Amino acid sequence: MSLIETHELRRVYDLDSGRVVALDHASLSVEKGDFVAVMGPSGSGKSTFMNLIGCLDKPTSGHYRLAGTAVESLDANGLARLRNREIGFVFQQFNLLPRIDALGNVELPMVYAGVDKKTRRERALHALGRVGLAERAHHRPMQLSGGQQQRVAIARALVNSPSLLLADEPTGALDSRTAIEILALFQELNREGVTIVLVTHDADVGRHARRLIRFKDGKILEDHRQTPLDARELLVAETAA
Amino acid sequence: MRFVEAIRSALSAIAANALRSLLTMLGIVIGVAAVIAMVAIGSGARNLVDQQIRSLGANLAIVTPGNVTQGGARLGAGASSTLTDEDADAIRREIDGVTAAAPFVQGTVQVIAGGNNWGTRIYAIDLDWFAAREWDVATGRTFDPEEVRRGDIVVILGQTVAKNLFGEEDPIDQVVRVRNVPFRVIGVMAAKGQSAFGQDQDDVIFVPLDAGRRRVIGRNYAKDRSVGSIFVKFANEEDIEPGIENMTTLLRQRHRVIGDQEDDFSIRNLTEIANTASASANTLSMLLAAVAAVSLLVGGIGIMNIMLVSVTERTREIGLRLAVGARPRDILSQFLIEATTLSTIGGALGVALGAGAAYLVARIAGWPSLVSPNAVIIAVGFSALVGIFFGFYPAQRAAKLDPIEALRRE
Ligand SMILES: Nc1ncnc2c1ncn2[C@@H]1O[C@H](COP(=O)(O)OP(=O)(O)O)[C@@H](O)[C@H]1O
Ligand SMILES: [Mg+2]
Repeated sequence: MSLIETHELRRVYDLDSGRVVALDHASLSVEKGDFVAVMGPSGSGKSTFMNLIGCLDKPTSGHYRLAGTAVESLDANGLARLRNREIGFVFQQFNLLPRIDALGNVELPMVYAGVDKKTRRERALHALGRVGLAERAHHRPMQLSGGQQQRVAIARALVNSPSLLLADEPTGALDSRTAIEILALFQELNREGVTIVLVTHDADVGRHARRLIRFKDGKILEDHRQTPLDARELLVAETAA
Repeated sequence: MRFVEAIRSALSAIAANALRSLLTMLGIVIGVAAVIAMVAIGSGARNLVDQQIRSLGANLAIVTPGNVTQGGARLGAGASSTLTDEDADAIRREIDGVTAAAPFVQGTVQVIAGGNNWGTRIYAIDLDWFAAREWDVATGRTFDPEEVRRGDIVVILGQTVAKNLFGEEDPIDQVVRVRNVPFRVIGVMAAKGQSAFGQDQDDVIFVPLDAGRRRVIGRNYAKDRSVGSIFVKFANEEDIEPGIENMTTLLRQRHRVIGDQEDDFSIRNLTEIANTASASANTLSMLLAAVAAVSLLVGGIGIMNIMLVSVTERTREIGLRLAVGARPRDILSQFLIEATTLSTIGGALGVALGAGAAYLVARIAGWPSLVSPNAVIIAVGFSALVGIFFGFYPAQRAAKLDPIEALRRE
C-alpha cells in the first residue's frame, strides 16, 4: 500500500468569470520514505495539489487515500484529525505564532492531539533538538533568524510523528545558503524515514529530491526519478571556498 | 485544548493588546460598577431605615408644638410650646392603637460629678418614654411612678456620660450636680450606639419630667405643664395614619383651634421619614440600573467588535491552527473563552470600582454601605454571560474560516 494514492483527482473553481480547472485528472502514488519535489510554473496547480493531499481541501471529483484512509468521506473534524496525526506542514512564511516561544509553537499540534503538558514539553524539546535548535527553545519567533524560524516550523511539523511532511516553497523566503541548510535538514530527515513532498518553482531546489513531478495547467506533465544532489556536500564545498 | 490552558492563552492574547483590551472592557467595567453601586446603595438605604426604626423604636409618631416646617426637625422648640403632658394623657386615653405617649422636654446641660464635668443632652421624661423608644436600663432601675409623679431629683445616665463621669466606677447611688441641683443616679441606660446620622445616642441623661421642668430646663415649661414634644407609639403600622388623623382632631379640640385656623402643633410619622431616605435611594438605584443596562449592552457590543477585529487580525493564526489539527470547535471555544475572559476581567474591575463608588456615596450621604457577596457573584457572572453572548458571533466566524483562505491571508 502506498502512502499517497490519488485517482483522477480534479479540482475546479467556479468563478463569475468562468470555470478554472486548477487540477485535472491527477493520478499518482507516493511510497513511504520517498522525497518528492512538485514543480511547475506559477498557476500550474502545485498548491492546489498540495492542499488536496494535505487534507485542507476536498476534490471536485476523484479519489484520494492517505495511509489507507479515504479522505473524501471525512467531515471537517475527521480531516482535522487526519491532518493532526498524519501530516506535518511547512510553509513559505513559516507561520509561527508570534506571541509564544519556539517550544510553545512546536507543542501546538500536540495540544490538539490531547497530549498532556509534560509529554508535550519532552517531545517538543526532542523535536527542537532534531532540527538543531534545542538551546533556542525559549526564544520567540521575532528573536530568531529566518532559517531558525523555518527550523522551528519543521520541528512543529515533525512533532506528532506524521507519515507525511508537506512543504510549500519552504525555502522561498530564505537566502540561498540558508535554503541549502534547510534542504540538508530535509534530506537528513528523509534518510531517517520521513516521507517528504516539497513544492517549489525553483529547479535548484527540486534537484535535491529523489523524484520529480512537473505540473502544467493542472496536469501532470512529467514524473521521473532522479539522483538527488546532496545538500551537505554543497555546504562543505561552499565553506571550503 | 484544556480549559486552563485556553484561559492562559486568552490572557496572553489580551495582554498582547493591553490598552485596546482595557478600552474594550470599559463598558463592562462601568456597567458592573453601576450594578454593584446600585445594590450597595439600595441595601445601604434599606439598612438605614432599619437602623433608624431600630434606634427610634418602631411605629412611632412625634407631636411637636407650633407649625413646624416640613423636613426640619425642631424637636423641643422652646418658648411658645403649646403642648402639655395633659395632651399626652389625652392621646394615651382616647386614640385607638396607641401603646405609649411619651411627653418630654429636652435641653443641654453640664453635669458635674466630683471633679469631673461633662456637657450633654438632658431629657425630662415620664414612664412611657421607655416603652416608646424601646429602650431600657442596663444597670440599676428606671423611675418608679411615684418618683415621676413627685418630680424627684433622680437621674438615669447614658453609657457615654457614665463612662466620662465615673470611668470604671459604679455610678449607681452616686450624686451628680446639674445646674447645682444634686441628682441621685438610679440607673444607667443600655448602650444604643450611633444614630443613623452619626450622633452618639448614649451621650444623654434622663430625669423625671417635673424634675427637669422645674429645676433644670427652664421657666416656660414649669408654668403650664407644657412639654417640648410627645413621642406616640402605636401597636401596629396600620394604626399610625388613622391615629395621626384622630390626634389632629383631638388636639385641635383641646387647643380650641377652630375652622380653617392652622394647627398649633404638627405630627409626623417617623417611619415615613425613614422611608423617604429609602425612596430617594430607590430613585438613585433606578438611575444606576439604567446606566448598568446601557453600559453592559455597549460593553457587549464593544467586545463583539474587538473580537471581530481580533479574528480578522489573526486569520493566519487560525489557518495555522486548523492546519495543525484544530477542529472548528477548538477555534470556536478559543475565541469564546477569550471574549469571556475579557468581559470577566472587566467585571472584576467593575466590582472594584463599584465598591469604591458605593463606599464614597455612603460616606457622603452618611449611609451604611453594603457590598454583598451575592451582588459580586451575580455581577461577575453576568459579565461572563455578556462575553459568551457577544463573543459567540465572532467566535463562530473564526470557526467557519476555510483553512486555505485563512493561511493565504496577509
Ligand atoms: N481559491 C481559488 N479560487 C479560484 N481560483 C483559484 C483558487 N486557488 C487557485 N486558483 C486557480 O487555480 C490555478 C492553480 O493555482 P495554484 O494551485 O495556486 O497554482 P501554483 O501553486 O502552481 O502557482 C490558478 O489558475 C489559480 O488562479
Ligand atoms: Mg502556489
